[in-house]
Amino acid sequence: MSILSYALISYINLSNNDEIDMLQNDNTENYSIEVRNLTKKFGDFTAVDNISFSVKRGETFAFLGPNGAGKTTTIKMLTTLLHPTTGTMLVNGYDPIKNQDAVRRSFGIVFQDQSLDEELTAYENMEFHGVLYKVPDKILRKKIEELLNFVELWDRKNDLVKHFSGGMKRRLEIARGLLHTPELLFMDEPTIGLDPQTRNHIWKYLKDLNGTAGITVFFTTHYMDEAERVADRVAIIDHGRIVAEGRPEELKNKTGAKTLEEAFLSLTGKQIREEEAGSIDQMRMNRKMWSK
Amino acid sequence: MIRTVYILWLRQLKRYVRSRSRIIGSLGQPLLFLVALGYGFGPIFQKAGQGNYLEFLAPGVIAMSILFTAIFSGIEIIWDKQFGFLKETLVAPVSRLNIMIGRTLGGATVATIQGIIVFFISLAAGFRPTNITLLPIAFLIMALTALLFTAMGTALASLLEDMQGFQMVMNFLVMPIFFLSGALFPLEGLPRSIFIAASLNPLSYGVDGLRGALVGQVHFGFITDFAVLSVITALFLVVGSYLFSKIEI
Repeated sequence: MSILSYALISYINLSNNDEIDMLQNDNTENYSIEVRNLTKKFGDFTAVDNISFSVKRGETFAFLGPNGAGKTTTIKMLTTLLHPTTGTMLVNGYDPIKNQDAVRRSFGIVFQDQSLDEELTAYENMEFHGVLYKVPDKILRKKIEELLNFVELWDRKNDLVKHFSGGMKRRLEIARGLLHTPELLFMDEPTIGLDPQTRNHIWKYLKDLNGTAGITVFFTTHYMDEAERVADRVAIIDHGRIVAEGRPEELKNKTGAKTLEEAFLSLTGKQIREEEAGSIDQMRMNRKMWSK
Repeated sequence: MIRTVYILWLRQLKRYVRSRSRIIGSLGQPLLFLVALGYGFGPIFQKAGQGNYLEFLAPGVIAMSILFTAIFSGIEIIWDKQFGFLKETLVAPVSRLNIMIGRTLGGATVATIQGIIVFFISLAAGFRPTNITLLPIAFLIMALTALLFTAMGTALASLLEDMQGFQMVMNFLVMPIFFLSGALFPLEGLPRSIFIAASLNPLSYGVDGLRGALVGQVHFGFITDFAVLSVITALFLVVGSYLFSKIEI
């Protein structure tokens, strides 16, 4: 009996949701990210050139492109770290330029570069984040335990992060990004430099989150097979412009390619992109030298 | 707001306590100054009729260690800027002013502790303060000096792109601030140009106040020292906050 009523209720919920989806298709509340004519110039160089796209709530969206295409710059603008030159954005219904704090509360982020404090323990990194995001004390402790268990790091909670491997750091960053229960998670190349085991784990976490908590996931990657497997929709950006957008199958059909990687190459060309190594890259190298 | 400031302050302290090699390394230099200069120039200083050089030098060396630690704490922002942790704080829904205040207070606390440790090291090296009742004033001046130079470091770090700039800051700013401050020599009877440089140097007032509190020798006077230190600290806090709020990464 109870199983039947449960099934019935979920059926009703489901059909209701479908109806709402259909009704509100053009409503902003249905979109997690909306970008219109976004442009960012650094001096004469146009990093992002008049792009428009939107990401639906609950969607897993991959933002793909060669090095220097403008992926990270776009994420920085969406996450209030950079001001756009022109254009409008809405993140979870808030404007990242005018309503910074509301936007900041509504998303979690895993940066391309590691952004943990290595001199602190895993738990302390989580606690720091919780305090900055004003997660109430009682909830905070429970939530940290829950998330560290989720990424399988609870046993190592009191270890300094500098003793962690790359994969463990990434997992910790994911847990940290989820601590304030965001509606949207940004991940800038979350699986770069990780072994296949860890990569699979990370995508599994994300699928779980996306499925059970309904979190919208916006990620970039250079691994086309991962994007093909995980993403509901992808956008391909090149030289600051979006050259294609759609479901992975749509892009494959459009270009007559067998895999997303082939589609990607046929859309963006096979030429290798030269990205100038800025001071940041040099420092990264120095850091590697210094830290044994 | 208080919790944000507190957690950032606590972070600076935890980092300090955990970096034992940094603590030990940064204590070696003051010890060398006290021993090599203190005992090395002692006889000449005595002959020139200026009294005990170690008594004169110790406040200067304490001020030096505060200066270096404070500037370094501020400059640490460059590392955080490039290696990600700053991004974590900058995308959080807290005001940049609170982040800056927390960091600066943390850095200043660390620099003050470092100054107090060097004070004890100088006691071990033979330094004897003349008036123990003035110790609280000495600590207050240490804290103010620490705050001043941490705020200065924050302002500089907000402007600098990478650690290469840090070398320049050390050579063209921090070293001159130290050497032209009266930490090593008395300000009386100096060539005019050196005296002007020392008078324009905020550290001179920190050293002067500290020396006044510890061994009773003042050049500018306590009130001038406090006034100058407070005004310059406030100025650097405002400039530092402004520059920090403008950081784009």
